[in-house]
Amino acid sequence: MTPTNSKTHTTTADSIIASLRRRTRWHWGETAFWLACVATIFVFPRHYLLLNEAAILALFALSLDLVLGYAGIVSLGHAAFFGLGAYTAGLVALRFNADPLLGLAVAAIVSSIAGFISSFLILRGSDLTRLMLTLGVALIFAELANSLASVTGGADGLQGIVMNPILGVFSFELSGRTAYIYSLAVLFIVFLFLRRVVGSPFGLSVLAIRDNPLRARSMGIPVGNRLVRIYTLAAACAGMAGALLAQTTQFVSLDVLEFHRSADVMLVLIIGGTGYLYGGIVGAVIFKVLQDVIAGITPQYWQFWIGAILVVFMLVGRDQIVGGFTKLFGRLGGISKDGRLTDEEVKP
Amino acid sequence: MVTIIFDGIAYGMLLFVIACGLSITLGLMNFVNLAHGAFAMAGGYVTVVLMNQYGFPFLASLPFAFLIPALIGLVLERTLYARMYGRTHLDQVLFSIGLVFMSVAAVDFFMGSQQQFIRLPPWLQGRVEVMGVGIGIYRTFVIAVCLVLAAALQLLLTKTRFGSRLRAAVDDPRVARGLGIDVNTIFALTFAMGSGLAGLGGALGADLLGLDPTFPLKFMIYFLIVVTVGGNSSISGPFFAALLLGIADVAGKYYVPSLGAFVIYILMIVILLTRPQGLFARRS
Repeated sequence: MTPTNSKTHTTTADSIIASLRRRTRWHWGETAFWLACVATIFVFPRHYLLLNEAAILALFALSLDLVLGYAGIVSLGHAAFFGLGAYTAGLVALRFNADPLLGLAVAAIVSSIAGFISSFLILRGSDLTRLMLTLGVALIFAELANSLASVTGGADGLQGIVMNPILGVFSFELSGRTAYIYSLAVLFIVFLFLRRVVGSPFGLSVLAIRDNPLRARSMGIPVGNRLVRIYTLAAACAGMAGALLAQTTQFVSLDVLEFHRSADVMLVLIIGGTGYLYGGIVGAVIFKVLQDVIAGITPQYWQFWIGAILVVFMLVGRDQIVGGFTKLFGRLGGISKDGRLTDEEVKP
Repeated sequence: MVTIIFDGIAYGMLLFVIACGLSITLGLMNFVNLAHGAFAMAGGYVTVVLMNQYGFPFLASLPFAFLIPALIGLVLERTLYARMYGRTHLDQVLFSIGLVFMSVAAVDFFMGSQQQFIRLPPWLQGRVEVMGVGIGIYRTFVIAVCLVLAAALQLLLTKTRFGSRLRAAVDDPRVARGLGIDVNTIFALTFAMGSGLAGLGGALGADLLGLDPTFPLKFMIYFLIVVTVGGNSSISGPFFAALLLGIADVAGKYYVPSLGAFVIYILMIVILLTRPQGLFARRS
């Protein structure tokens, strides 16, 4: 090997390392984004309920983004883990201990176990098979919740959940301020963690699997292992989102497991864009505001407009609509729109 | 026991007639259309409106239950669906879920959320005893109609020029175009026919399956099971899958009501895991 050759080698390696570092570096826009989120606590004191729902939905969408945006698995049954988390948190609070953080942790663990077990179903098969298997798992959970009425309360749901103050200090009050700050904090912490995960070699290998499973396998990436892990992680996040809903609304009903939850969260992610983490958060805010506005006009039929939005989005092509956001936010942290390294980034 | 099997067969036949259109769009044209149940619902509501508001007899309303959903299907295929062919499955799924939500809300708006009933003519009501077994007359009627439809469909696909053109268009659209086959028209007609059959099935099933605005969501998984479990190599696969599903569902709900739906879902998961190409797929 000539010296010049090895020199180019090192520069290429350096530039790759540099570009990988650039992906995980914090961009000032991201800081601004989160500061804006914190600012909502003070700017919109009348909308804590809506903001809280948006934060929970954002966490749920973040979890779906791992599965759909990063691993490329089409799931129609993500509500299974959301609902499981909600019921777990509700039951822990009612039967065992009303500490919110304890309930959150138990919900995350239980959901991740369910995610781990069901992840083996989605390892193989086409989009359609996966879609039906995830849908089937969600239906089984919904049926379970319905038929185990002695535990879940059946159609009445779990009522009268009263949570202890968070860390024994911050009690939940009527305005929903504590609830919103709590949800936002959990969202932010989970986001920080996931941001590390998707920027890590593990996260990059998941992206490689999404883009080309065959090539990823031949490169030596253990495809099944990675998919099981990312799916389990996503299930834990979805369970935490469900737990937040149960704890902050003090109520769990069969609604948490229904099909529309899985479809809504997909729409949220599609509105915001997949594969760069912020999509779920942006989408959740837009979705909740839209829902609030439309429900204000036609309370009963807002589902029609949600459907219409989906149809129009798909006809126009989601890239055209979402492209604006992803360009704006996709630069954050150097993560390009689809999470891939762009050519310029790799160039020395 | 025999009555349960009989009811299951009637139920399965209905599922087949509704789902066979889906087995073509999904199995042959590779388009994930979750909104297929909406066409069945349209057929059911056409019958309800014609019978209850315009005083049509049951039989006279059935052709409309075929034609109107077929027309809706044709228009939607030309205007919307045709743009979604060749897109990713995710896009197709989201698109058709959007259509489902729209149809559910629209039907709720125009017809109300309550369950709809049709009054069957007297000669289709009641039961007869055949060798000590109670047989519902209407179920017999449904089975007969569905058998005729299935046979006609099989003949249409295998024996006619249209059928061979369709198979050619599905196998390789580019070559089929090169041979002068108008693939777009064939797809549109097929889609319309599938929608029409779904509508007819919805009308026949209004009494047995129940009809309310959430129909497309409630039965979505059933139609998908029929198609995926049946495989897409022929229409006999979905046919037997539908019968199996119908009997299993009726028997499950009768013998173990607390487990009823689990049996179906768990069966589906097991079959999909062990035979991803469907239970009746040909080895290629």
